[in-house]
Amino acid sequence: MQALLHQVLSGLANGGIYASVALALVMIYQSTHHVNFAQGEMATFSTYIAWQMINLGLPYWVAFLLTLVFAFVMGVAIERIIVRPFYKAPALSVVAVFIGLLLVINSLSGAIFDYTIKPFPSPFPTDAWYGSPYLSSHEVGMIFVTLVVLALVFAFFRFTPLGLAMRAAAENPVSSRLVGVRVGWMLALGWGLAGLIGAVAGMMTAPIVYLDPYMMFSVLLYGFAGALLGGIDNAWGAVLGGFIVGVLQNLAGAYLVGTELMVTVALVIIVGILVIKPAGLFGRTIVTRV
Amino acid sequence: MATLDTSRPAAAELFAGLSLRTWKLVGLAAVLVAACILPFVISSYQLLLATQVIVYAVALLGLNILTGYNGQFSLGHGAFYAIGAYTTAILLDKTGIPYWATIPAAGMICLVMGFLFGLPALRLEGHYLALATFALAFAMPQLLKFKDFDFLTGGVQGIVITAPDPPAGLPIRADQWLYFFCLLWTVLLFLLGWNLLRGRTGRALVAIRDHPLAAATMGIDTARYKSFTFGVSAMYTGIAGALGALLAQFVSPDSFDLFLSIRFLVGIVVGGLASMGGVFFGAIFIEFVPNIADQLSKAAPQALYGGVLIACMYVMPSGVAGLVRGIGLRLKRWTAAGPP
Amino acid sequence: MSALLELRGLSAAYGPTSVLRSIDLAVEQGGIVTLLGANGAGKTTTLRAICNMMVRISGEIRFNDQRIDGNATEDIVRLGVGHVPDGRGTFVSLSVEENLRLGAYTRRDRQVAQDFERVYGYFPRLKERRRQQAGTLSGGEQQMLAISRALMLRPKLLLLDEPSFGLAPLIVQEIFRILRAINEQEGVGMLLVEQNANIALELADQAYLLETGRVVMHGPSAVIGSDESVRRAYLGY
Repeated sequence: MQALLHQVLSGLANGGIYASVALALVMIYQSTHHVNFAQGEMATFSTYIAWQMINLGLPYWVAFLLTLVFAFVMGVAIERIIVRPFYKAPALSVVAVFIGLLLVINSLSGAIFDYTIKPFPSPFPTDAWYGSPYLSSHEVGMIFVTLVVLALVFAFFRFTPLGLAMRAAAENPVSSRLVGVRVGWMLALGWGLAGLIGAVAGMMTAPIVYLDPYMMFSVLLYGFAGALLGGIDNAWGAVLGGFIVGVLQNLAGAYLVGTELMVTVALVIIVGILVIKPAGLFGRTIVTRV
Repeated sequence: MATLDTSRPAAAELFAGLSLRTWKLVGLAAVLVAACILPFVISSYQLLLATQVIVYAVALLGLNILTGYNGQFSLGHGAFYAIGAYTTAILLDKTGIPYWATIPAAGMICLVMGFLFGLPALRLEGHYLALATFALAFAMPQLLKFKDFDFLTGGVQGIVITAPDPPAGLPIRADQWLYFFCLLWTVLLFLLGWNLLRGRTGRALVAIRDHPLAAATMGIDTARYKSFTFGVSAMYTGIAGALGALLAQFVSPDSFDLFLSIRFLVGIVVGGLASMGGVFFGAIFIEFVPNIADQLSKAAPQALYGGVLIACMYVMPSGVAGLVRGIGLRLKRWTAAGPP
Repeated sequence: MSALLELRGLSAAYGPTSVLRSIDLAVEQGGIVTLLGANGAGKTTTLRAICNMMVRISGEIRFNDQRIDGNATEDIVRLGVGHVPDGRGTFVSLSVEENLRLGAYTRRDRQVAQDFERVYGYFPRLKERRRQQAGTLSGGEQQMLAISRALMLRPKLLLLDEPSFGLAPLIVQEIFRILRAINEQEGVGMLLVEQNANIALELADQAYLLETGRVVMHGPSAVIGSDESVRRAYLGY
């Protein structure tokens, strides 16, 4: 029983990461119907920037905040420069461009910071959380940071005029322009926010798995699974889906297939959802217009 | 993908007294003759590379049938290449089946596997299918390493196989024989593909790609065609994998990772979607360019692939084949109308 | 005083398909102009051309004596052009109140809160439903919401694209009564595109008749309304 509880709780800690990545994916999907395959690589690259700043002697939280700024700007820049020309392109071109981005950013990480595995500090103590047998302090901190970020993002969308405009632009670009919303910039902002959320996920993941250019590969896959599970057009659902996938993955790893087939679990979840309930648990059913 | 032009010009125009069709046949024959002479004039290392190119061309043709002609995505064809390669390796390792018989076996297994994966994939479109196959490519090395399959797959170690000997009496080296063996399969599969794509089936595939709903209302069984295409596509790539295993004399999980699948994608994008000849350009690209880039730095091949993918989408979405076709059209207009 | 909106030699095309061919049209300050014509004559296109939306244009568009052709839609809106688009353009997943707040998105002044009350004054039904998801409103309510959203901009000019479309006659009358009130109380100029020529001519003081992209007739509504051929073709009596 204790072991089970431990698995569930640390699954939630991982799930927070997946939830963040899922939210980042949904944010871009909602406004453009693009699945951003480069999301994980953007997060990894941002984490390297954080690592560099910490190595230069900046305090952790200063580096953390600066990294968020960097990730935001990077997201905006990628949207403005690379993704923009492809809004009317066929899906295959878009996927090819995203895969291209994935490769380019990944090799940038490798070329600039080399391929050796690096330790990345956690801002939280390393010991168990108040002697708890279930969770380490980093895991608790991870959940906490993730929840704070998610709460801030939701508050932004719910309570600020800019957040409202972004929701409007995602739902109905034509009407949005007619009330004066600069839709192009809203899409870019969405990319910026997605980059920022991804960067948080990256910085929370790195202390556990160590920092290397391929760090976010499988995280991205679980993020996909989470987003699909919750419904890829539903932000709340995606977050919940991320947490569920985290727990499922841990339980499957502990009791079903062992840790060697973790990625296969993601494959099964993804294909399973797509086949059984493509709209996800909370998503809208997709109706194609003729 | 509605803009791709796959119609063929009427073979009415004459060039130097021969129809375009005749010229094409002459050209093809010349290429074939050159391909037969090739192994006797280049070094064995170059021959190895050349063999790999035609093997890749088969794999790319498989992916192109699916993506280029039928408009279904796959970011996971490396997985079928892996299944083909492992089928051959396991059969050679565990049974007494002759090497040449393992190739159709690999093809059949991939046909079935592709068909099965294609069944759920039927309901997926665009980005979703890309996602599902992306996950497949990801999971493949892990499945191959899984300890419960060790007895078959050899786990992380992989399987070492020996190269086939040339048939008794043929005065050629083993690597030359393997080249011809692969060439034979390539020609066979291209003929089969050509036959498949030019007629009724080909038109149905393209119709499904461009206007799925219209195709369905015209009585095309889109579901059957799509899963059938997935199967055939996987079969091609699987056969390529089997040939590739013979060529490499070794299979191991990590040679069939996500990047192999991405390589195939790069190949068809560079070569040209919905183009049979283009896959050779693509195969040459993915075989040689990374090798050259590799000498620069470890990151260079990947960066190059990524840059090429993005750049291709910007400047030549129809690939090298499209570029050639475009130049050809312009030439024809020029010769027809006279210089402006 | 110069006109609020003036189109001079305005042509518009969707890709290669030309829709408007050199149109001249003017809306006076506080005036109501209606644009009549059959389906496909180019009425909606005229409104889109003014907002630089989805069409390619050539010619001159002046708003308050300022050239606006070539400006981005968002900038034209900021000058005070409220567009009530065909199909109403409701943000269906947002609440009624959020729809209205978006209408005031470009405003930075502090009177927005009062304007909610002003708009609810015209359309009390929207106030009752302000927390409701806009997509669940009836067609008439969504039309009211679209007009209200445009009003939240405090526009000088309202572009109205078939506000009567698909609505019951009683609702149409109510909406047109309120449009008249808005015009009288706030001096908002209106360019009204309508299929329902009767009610449009009743509201407007000037009318233009479009046929296949050209203005074939214009003048005071009363004159146009009594023209024999117009009556037969558009008014049905």
